[in-house]
Amino acid sequence: MKNRIAYFGVFTALGLILSYVELLIPIQFGIPGIKLGLANLLIVIMLYKSGVKEALLLSIVRIVLSGFMFSNMFSIIYSLAGGILSLAVMSFFKRKGNFSVIGVSISGGISHNVGQLIVAMVVVNTFRIGYYFPILLIAGVITGLLIGIVSSEVLKRLKNITINMT
Amino acid sequence: MKKNDFLLIGIVLLISFSVMGWHYLKTDSVNGIVVVTVDGELYGTYNLHTEQTVNIQGTNTLMIKNESAVITNADCPDKICVHHKAITRDGESIICLPNKIVVSIEKGEKRVLDGVTN
Repeated sequence: MKNRIAYFGVFTALGLILSYVELLIPIQFGIPGIKLGLANLLIVIMLYKSGVKEALLLSIVRIVLSGFMFSNMFSIIYSLAGGILSLAVMSFFKRKGNFSVIGVSISGGISHNVGQLIVAMVVVNTFRIGYYFPILLIAGVITGLLIGIVSSEVLKRLKNITINMT
Repeated sequence: MKKNDFLLIGIVLLISFSVMGWHYLKTDSVNGIVVVTVDGELYGTYNLHTEQTVNIQGTNTLMIKNESAVITNADCPDKICVHHKAITRDGESIICLPNKIVVSIEKGEKRVLDGVTN
């Protein structure tokens, strides 16, 4: 029980570091809103090592804190929508479908982008940005694939470590 | 990776590319007009074929040149709309989320709106 706080502290700190590292990578894809989402690596790992509830808590805390530190209120709302939707889809795919870590991560990457697009549609009050939909889907596949490959490698090496959250 | 992983990737890529292909085939920017909306409401329509610079609400600057529209200046911190590539085709859009501005190109079949409306 007392480990719980320590684990969350470590994971939140790691998430914030990854968010910061991502800011330092000066890659512009030319398409707004597309980035790697390094911090989602932790969410995937947390989902597999512990469970949905812990991953959700970690995701929300990470997004709110990094939003206040590195960007603005808008990005918090978008990230929250994407983060929560992607976590819901990932946990569904993990439980129901016969997917590996990589497949689950890809589903998360796609739904993260879709969630953000839906919020953007609501904010600007138009469906015209549906134009972005295919591009965001492909971007979600690519980023989800990369994150999935890394997290499955990490999970392989963490096999003997149990994260006891209860 | 399992079989279902590849299936998922395949289906998603198929959907995206077919939507993109369909979009690519059906669009051209003949007689295109640039439509600007602010917070979901029409702000103004501009001809894509006349070179002009439009000041949107004093926050963003829209430049129409060479049959393409691009935002050259914005007061928001992230400047995503400024970094966005110029739009030329029907249905494409540039969005400034902080200022709730959408700039998009529509096919103006009847060229009723030829000039600038402020």
